[in-house]
Parts: sequence; C-alpha cells; structure tokens
Amino acid sequence: MPTTFLNVSLSVNGTGYTVSIDSRATLLEVLRGELGLTGTKPGCEHGECGACTVLVNGRRVLSCLALAATQEGAEVTTIEGLAPLGALHPVQQAFIDHDAMQCGFCTPGQVLSAVACLAEGHASSREEIREWMSGNLCRCSAYPQIVDAVFAAGRAIVEGA
Amino acid sequence: MSVIGTPLVRRDARLKVTGAAPYVGDLVVPGVLHGVFVTSTIARGRIAAIDSTAALRIPGIVQVFTHENMPRFGKIKGVPGQAFLLMQANEIQYEGQYVAFVVAETLMGARDAARLVEISYVTEHPRVDFRRHLELEETVTDFAEPDTSVGDVRAGLAAADITISSTFRTADRHHVPMEPAGTLAEWRNGDLLLHDATQWGYGVRMVISSALGLPQERVRVTSTYVGGGFGSKGFAWPHQLIIAAAAMTLERSVRGILPRALTFTGHGYQPATEQEVTLGAHRDGTLLAIRHRSVNPTSIGDEYPEYAAMGTRSVYACPAIETATRVVRVNRNVPTPMRAPHEGPGMVALEIAMDELAVVAGVDPVELRLRNYAETDPTSGLPFSSKALRECYRIGAEKFGWAARTPAPRSMRDGSTLIGWGMATALMTTFRFGSAARVTIRRDGRVVIETGTQEIGTGVLTIMPQIAADALGVPVDQVDLIYGDTDLPEAGGTFGSATTLSVGSAVLDAATRLKARLIELGGEPELSPAEYTEVLKLRGLEQLTIDGGWSPQQGNEYSMQCFGAVFAEVRVDERIPIPRVSRCVGCYSVGRIINPRTARSQLTGGIIWGIGQALLEDSRVDPVTGRYLSKNLSGYLIPSHADVPAVEAYWAEEHDPHASALGARGVGEVGAVGVGPAIANAVFHATGVRVREVPIRVEMLL
Repeated sequence: MPTTFLNVSLSVNGTGYTVSIDSRATLLEVLRGELGLTGTKPGCEHGECGACTVLVNGRRVLSCLALAATQEGAEVTTIEGLAPLGALHPVQQAFIDHDAMQCGFCTPGQVLSAVACLAEGHASSREEIREWMSGNLCRCSAYPQIVDAVFAAGRAIVEGA
Repeated sequence: MSVIGTPLVRRDARLKVTGAAPYVGDLVVPGVLHGVFVTSTIARGRIAAIDSTAALRIPGIVQVFTHENMPRFGKIKGVPGQAFLLMQANEIQYEGQYVAFVVAETLMGARDAARLVEISYVTEHPRVDFRRHLELEETVTDFAEPDTSVGDVRAGLAAADITISSTFRTADRHHVPMEPAGTLAEWRNGDLLLHDATQWGYGVRMVISSALGLPQERVRVTSTYVGGGFGSKGFAWPHQLIIAAAAMTLERSVRGILPRALTFTGHGYQPATEQEVTLGAHRDGTLLAIRHRSVNPTSIGDEYPEYAAMGTRSVYACPAIETATRVVRVNRNVPTPMRAPHEGPGMVALEIAMDELAVVAGVDPVELRLRNYAETDPTSGLPFSSKALRECYRIGAEKFGWAARTPAPRSMRDGSTLIGWGMATALMTTFRFGSAARVTIRRDGRVVIETGTQEIGTGVLTIMPQIAADALGVPVDQVDLIYGDTDLPEAGGTFGSATTLSVGSAVLDAATRLKARLIELGGEPELSPAEYTEVLKLRGLEQLTIDGGWSPQQGNEYSMQCFGAVFAEVRVDERIPIPRVSRCVGCYSVGRIINPRTARSQLTGGIIWGIGQALLEDSRVDPVTGRYLSKNLSGYLIPSHADVPAVEAYWAEEHDPHASALGARGVGEVGAVGVGPAIANAVFHATGVRVREVPIRVEMLL
C-alpha cells in the first residue's frame, strides 16, 4: 500500500521540532520512535489503559489515539518535560512519598493524568480522584497509593501557591 | 535499629516517576529490525498453504519466517509448557498460534507486510469448552501430587450431622501486565544477547539454548525493568524463541513486542475451574471430612494442572481429607500460573463452602475457623514452620470491626443499599528456590551485590541492599545492587512469592561470609564496619569478593504456608443489585517483613487482584471458533481506580526460623487469596443469595 510522508511541526517539552512522518503514525510512535522520548509507554495502543497519556496544550491526551499528523502547532508535554532536569514536579514527589508505583510502566501516564486531574479541579476528594483517574489502569494495583499521592499533591500545590 | 524492617523508599522510584526507567521497548540498538507476528485464525487444523510473495514486496522487508523456513528447534529442556513447538510444522492447535514472523527495517513496514501474508487452512472442529468434555478428564502431575488422601472421608461424611456439598466455578483470567511481553535479540559475532521482559532470565536462556542448539555460555539474557508479570512472564514463551531464532538466522538484531491482543494467546492464562467441595461436620461446625475435586482446561500439546484443592490439604484440622486435580485438553493456548495460582481459585470454593457451613451450624464465620484451627498440617502431619493465623483472625476482625456484624442475611443496610460483611481464610504454599549471590566490598567502602534476579515491581532493588547492609552493619546507602543478567550468579525466577526468601537468603549468606572473611583478615576477634576499608588497605586489597548461596535444603520437615484472614464489605443496591466492594481488610502471617512499605504495596495489590477475581475478570471464549472474545482491556475488565475502595493490609509480627535463613516467607501472592470468597460471602450476607461462581455479576443477584 502506498505510504504518504508529511512534515509536522510541534513543540515537545518546550523545544520545537519538525519531523517527517508516515501519515498513519500516532503521536505515541513519533514521541518514542522519532524523538526518543520513551517515557511515554505503549500499553495497549487502543486507548484503553492510559499508559501513553501526555499533555497536549495542557489537556491530557492518549497519545496512542492521536494521529501525529493532526498535532501541527501543538504544545506537548511528556513525562521527561514535566519538571526541569534534576527537579521533580510535586506530583512526582508525591508518587515517591506514597509508594504509588510498583512495576512503574503505567507511572508516567498516571503522573501526567494526575497533573491534569488537579488542573481540572477534579481532585477535591479521594472519591472524585478515583473517578477522574479511572482512565489509567495499574495492574500492580497501586491504586490506593496513587489516590493518596494525587490528594497529597493537590494539597501541596495549594499550600505552595 | 536494624535496617531490616525499615520502610525505605523504593530505589527505582525516581527513575520510574520521571520516565527514565528503561524497559525492553525503550532500549536503543543501532540497526535493530522490527518483528511482527502473524497468528492463526483457526483453532484446530493445519496450514494448507502459506504465501509470502506479496509481503516480501513491501519496501524494507527483510524476511518472512514461516514453518517452511524457520530453523528446526531442538527439544526444550527445563521449562514447562513448551512441549508443543511453534512454527515447526503446519499443525494448528489453538487460535492465536504464531504462524509467521515478519521482519522489516521499520515497525510500520513489518505491520504492512504481516497483513499481506496469505494463509489457507484445512479447518477442523475445535474442542473449546472443557465443561462440555469433562468425560475426557486426565490426571497429570506437575510440581505436586494431583491427588491426596488422608483418613476415611466416607466414614467422616456418614458420621456427620451437617453435610455441605456444592459445585463452584472460577473463570478464565488473563494476567495483562501493563507492559506487554517483548524481546530484543542482539546477534553479536555468534553469540545471542537477549534483552527481555521476563521474570526468569535463566529460564529463557535454557529455552533458547536447548532449542537453538547453542551452548549456554553463548546465550545471555538481561532484563532491566519489567513492566509487571504476575506469572505471564514467568516461564519462557514462543515469542522469545522465535525472535532469537530470527536474529540468529539473519545475523541482525531483532525486536518484537507483543501487541496487547497477543498477550491473551502469546503466553498462558489462569484457567477456569470446575470444583466440587463436600464438607462433613459435627453440629457445632467441627469438621469430620473434606472432599475437594477440581478440573481445569489445558492445551492439546502441554499440561498445566491448576491445583485448586492445594489449600484444602493444609488449611483446617480435619481427620479425613481427599483432594483431586484433573485436566481436560482443549484447543486453546496452555495455561500458566497467575497471581495467585492454585489456592487463588481453590480457596474460592472451600471458603464459600465454609461460609455455608457457618450458616447451617449457626456459628460465626470467624469462630467456625477457630474451631477448626490446624496446629499441624492435616494432610502431611508435619508441624508448620511458623503460623500466626490466629493472630491474623484477631487483628483483621478488630481492624474491620467484625464484632458489630449482625449474622442474618439482609440485616444490615444503609437506606436502599444492602450491606454485607463476609470473611475468608487465605493460604498459599511457600515456594522456595536455590539462589546464588556475590557481595564485594571496595576500598572506597562501597558494597556491591551481584545476583541475577529480576525487578518486576516487587521492591527487590530496595530489599536486597537492606539485607546486605544489615548483615555487614554498613549504611544501606553504601550498598549497590547489580541484577537482571544471566552472567551474574544465578537466582531463581521472580515468581511463587519466593524472591525475598530465596535470593534474600543468598545475599544474607554472601554478606555474612564477607564479614567473616574481613574479620579473619583483620586478625582481631572484633571488627567494626568502619574498619572494613582499613583491613583492605592493610592487606593490600582493592576489593574483596565473596560468593554465597542458599538452597531450600533446610526445613523440609515442616509444612510451609503463608496465611491470611480477609474481611470484606459489599454494598448492593436493592433494586439494581450490582455488587460493589466498599472496604477490604486483610491480615497476614508471612514471616519476617524486610521492607514494610514495599510489602504493604504487594499485599494491597494482591487484595485488589482478589477484587478483580470476585467481580470483574472473565476471559470468555467463543465456543465455536475458540477465540477469546475480548483480547483487549475494554472487554477484559480489570480493576480501575473507581473499582477500588479503601484497602488495608496488616501482618502479624513473625520470624519463620525454618522457611529461610532470613526468617521470611512470601508476600507477593497470598494477598490475592481469600478475597474472592470473602466478597462472595459478603454478597450472601447482604442479599441472601448464595453465589458459587466468580466473577459475581448483577444477573446472578436478580
């Protein structure tokens, strides 16, 4: 079948890139394959597990379901760009403090989803966090610790602001 | 204070929250080729013809492997579930079986080419549902006897005031770790180097080496980070062998990562069970006889018995116990252990039956278990290596608030919501493996542990340094761990909840020997840890290395079990009776805890697996085609955030003097036992409807 290549310009973690991509490539494939940002994880490639969650223009997006060709001009934040090099975002610190991970494969997606969940104002209670974090599966089942981490990070951000 | 028992933060936490922990799919190898599997669309028959012509025209295609051009594999040794070798002949035994492996310069190109491989089949009618073929049951033996018998069950049942006899069902379930399995095989001048998502690098090495006819020293398997396994990456599977064979044939590096759908057929699953339990008891609930029989499906070419009655052999004091395990061969992939195997499905049946007995006898469920408390293993007659289950019942009941329970079904409610409280016992066999470890102290004072164990999320990277630091009396920050490589001293597989006790005991041995050697070199009866480096200087040594090991030779005159008491609360709306868990408390007897932080996460994670077993997980198979209906995470339901309530795990303070040198048993899987029946019993207490099948669905309560 004929393959179409096209150029897409987008910003990832504050750096501008123009990449030549297969028109069928997903944002996930471009981030990992073209840009070498392997912190974004492929768990199902069908938008079911949330492991590939990134922020696009501040909103959480499943990068496996987002065609890269549609991301012209987008500002993308991946786990690598969430905090300055050597520093941690309060959500990342809270995940460490609450042991909110085991195998770690879903963790980048959980962290980015949590950052967005807090920004959306969907973290006022543990019940609300559970509901709004349900797009991110964790088979190790660190769910209670993740909820605690998101709740604590929300409070830390408010107190720090 | 000892560093053992300290809740240290897991060492890999920072790497994991920043996305910097490298998994197999993340590794960069120049010139790596990409492989994609083509799978059989039929469950039984043979390939009539396979045509790669169109696929080979795709730009960047390198090769299409089929049974016609794949190297012939030797017989696989040392790893179960691998008798039926794939891509060696045209026979099809299950849907999803690999029939071609397409290798190209790009992943997109390999996918394009894979779609163009043309295959025609001669189709036969597959045998799919083992429950329709129970007459074909067979007795097979894996790591334990399929059948056991002690005492006279018939006489016990004849003498019983109360008899409970029921049939129970558990569902087919899949591990679905968040990281699908995958392998990167590098061909390096005649040697194979595999970077693999595995729980058992040495097992993979055995498979590759025996099948490809390479000496073991020419095959090296590494694993850096593994994105969960739960048993699915425990043994070795066809993809590892095929990817390695492709790399060897092409003399290039090849990576293959299973798409999510292939994680349903590319490795094993937890088979459904059909179980019969008969209890005979005195009118006060004291057991006189137990009979527990279980049947599960296995594949046509391989054997996997799910020893569902395993726990029944050891859990309650009873003079007569019979257990039996049978399999039925069907046209499906071979099952494999899944967190928690054997007792996980089995205790569902036994512990619902015990709840039925409690109701008939009019005895509180906890009291019933205490009346039948086993002081020695009732089948083997051996004493337990250590058992604090009585303490677990007490702590669990207290934390849960069990005393406030009113016994009658439907007697507790919150408006139109029925509330049910149920409990169950958890028990799981303690597995132990021989392991080796090497510990080095350098002139700068740093200590390095080397052992070929795997990191799959259990906390091993944190625990092993704690053990060595404690033995040597040095700060834990001074201790490093090198792991995940078959070139290192051999450790057992990361399964069977056995890593801490097995590998940990090997690390303890090596560190203890190192300390003894340092004292010897120091020439004084005492040596403080601060003086270790002085001794090295004194003796002109840059470093000192000692090998150690541990093997499960000690303690075999004991029955070794992990125990737990599980309490669950469910809430069920009276009009739309969807069962939901609102609280779950478990208390465990698992030996010495090395790191309470990582141990707690293992136990609560296990409990949540039990919630999945009780209410969600059910891999349905189409009875005509033999195909799993939902090879995805939207149809195969696992717990999500919204399904998981407050979960609490506790443990009894314990030091097991017999199971390991370390005093530990295992925490990885027992948490997933007993939760299913505790929830089923809570559902009965809430609704008055006795369900003897998991997962429990709304239609069963209407």
